[in-house]
Amino acid sequence: MGNLLDIRHLTVVYHTEEDEVHALSDVSFSLQKGETLGLVGETGAGKTTTALAIMGLLPRRVGEVQSGEILFEGRDLLRCSDADMRAIRGASISMIFQDPMTSLNPTIRIGDQIAESIRQHQPDMKRADVERRVDEILEMVGIPAARKREYPHQFSGGMKQRVVIAIALALEPQLLIADEPTTALDVTIQAQVLQMMGDLQRQLGTSTILITHDLGVVSQTCDRVAVMYAGEIVEVGTAEDIFLGKTHHPYTTGLFGSLPDLNRETRRLSPIDGLMPDPADLPTGCRFNPRCPHCTALCRECEPELTARGSHAIRCHLMGKEERA
Amino acid sequence: MSTPLLETRDLKKYFKTPAGMLHAVDGVSLTIGEGETLGVVGESGCGKSTLGRTVLRLLEPTAGQVLYRGEDITTFDKRRMFAARQEMQMIFQDPYASLNPRLSVSEIIAEPLIVGKLCRNAHEMNERIGELMETVGLAPRFAHSYPHELDGGRRQRIGIARALATNPRFIVCDEPVSALDVSIQAQILNLLMDLQEDKGLSYMFITHDLSVVKHISSHIAVMYLGQCVEYAGTKELFANPLHPYTRALLAAIPVIDITRRGKRIETIQGEVTSPIEPAPGCRFAPRCAYATEACRQEQRLRQVSEGHWVACCRAAGEEA
Repeated sequence: MGNLLDIRHLTVVYHTEEDEVHALSDVSFSLQKGETLGLVGETGAGKTTTALAIMGLLPRRVGEVQSGEILFEGRDLLRCSDADMRAIRGASISMIFQDPMTSLNPTIRIGDQIAESIRQHQPDMKRADVERRVDEILEMVGIPAARKREYPHQFSGGMKQRVVIAIALALEPQLLIADEPTTALDVTIQAQVLQMMGDLQRQLGTSTILITHDLGVVSQTCDRVAVMYAGEIVEVGTAEDIFLGKTHHPYTTGLFGSLPDLNRETRRLSPIDGLMPDPADLPTGCRFNPRCPHCTALCRECEPELTARGSHAIRCHLMGKEERA
Repeated sequence: MSTPLLETRDLKKYFKTPAGMLHAVDGVSLTIGEGETLGVVGESGCGKSTLGRTVLRLLEPTAGQVLYRGEDITTFDKRRMFAARQEMQMIFQDPYASLNPRLSVSEIIAEPLIVGKLCRNAHEMNERIGELMETVGLAPRFAHSYPHELDGGRRQRIGIARALATNPRFIVCDEPVSALDVSIQAQILNLLMDLQEDKGLSYMFITHDLSVVKHISSHIAVMYLGQCVEYAGTKELFANPLHPYTRALLAAIPVIDITRRGKRIETIQGEVTSPIEPAPGCRFAPRCAYATEACRQEQRLRQVSEGHWVACCRAAGEEA
């Protein structure tokens, strides 16, 4: 089965008044048809920048793609014209944003907001057909079609996120990018929404990139996982590699150590010392070296490569050594 | 039994709204012992933050009592309340909103010292500020920084240093780690637990994150729409949850377990009903799979086994 999406050596910088901020450096990953990829990392790791780059929504003038390719069904999205991107966005690739409270227009009825994306891409569709499609998609996300004449403020947070998902899936896109879709929701509502997303995905055969910082959510929904740190992918592999594998990038180990485990008694957590580096002033060598408990002289000088072993790749000098030995 | 450090008896806080009375906290009775941590969990709108604020009388309770060392602080006059507040402090959720942006780190920590007249002179005050910053792991070079120059984790450390300034015995922590990234969250949780060990503090730890609450608490109270539906020791609650809402809440936590991938988990349907003029009877009944006619009666917390209380006629009957 071919890859739906292939990102190769993507490098993005943001130009601010004072500095050049290195948001993404040499990010490469691929996504197969029907697959769910989890993109994990903390604030500032570059998760959302990756999503915006795919959507062609990086802020103009400030955000610059310095190099790389984003191949979607073999076509480089970075070379597409604005008009072509408008045709792709919403129809073939769509995105769900984190905060359902701010991603809906408060002055437009939700039915009309869903219809808007359908009309944009299928201007010849008859009015009655558009309405029928809106009803259908609302029922699909678990909202009675009768509520389509209501405004966003009449819905709860979980319901609003369902509306946002309805808009994103209205045209049955091949790729869905979900940026922290359930972070703003309560756990019981989060469980409802995740379950619904999974069902719809299987029904429509959509590939998904799920951006989140919640490893629990990732373990229950994703086929493959990429861990990001300071603008780089430091570890990527199948869910089994990440959650059951023995070798990990020290940052991934640190992330797991920071989580209180419900199934185990631990008195103290083992967090990662220090803070994420300033992306305008990155350390030389490995970007994780100032916080890494296994740091060596080599780590301070040379930047490690992603070293793959089967489906599992890790960007760390220690792993390379093990393999050579 | 010795008197617990803090006890609430049938505590109520109602807010007047145009649509009617909003029952934010509705008859909560809890105890917290010396050196213990009571975790208060529940989803948004269940009244857990209002409970925290009412316990400290930052909000005046509508009815009920708050006993601190056996004395009802709701009857205290201003002067006695001032003295009591030295021992009862609070750490807020949002380290971005709870610090005055126009004061430097040392000025923020100095405020409770000045208000409480706890230092005799400037020298003593500087020493005390340095000591507090060291306790919470803030480097001295940040003394003259302003909050906007610091990241979320360091800001939360300032909030903790400020709360510690008056040498409190009891601290209400209102979602102190919810706004932080996981690696920073772990640092702050470790700090709070170290402080508890060193100083014998008692916490009321309010959060929506069950894995955090399990990690830090000795006892847990589960709240739903202003009422405490289950109260037990942490181990007991996780091993033997009785209330259908507690069970649903536990099942909904996304634990790291790839064997659960793609499988259906039991989710509760529907959403929280309105806390304005709630109907009598069990408030969870509209979403409960086991609701019967009996659930229209008011549900009181009943002890089903040693230290395990639940407000559900079915769960209580099952045990008995």
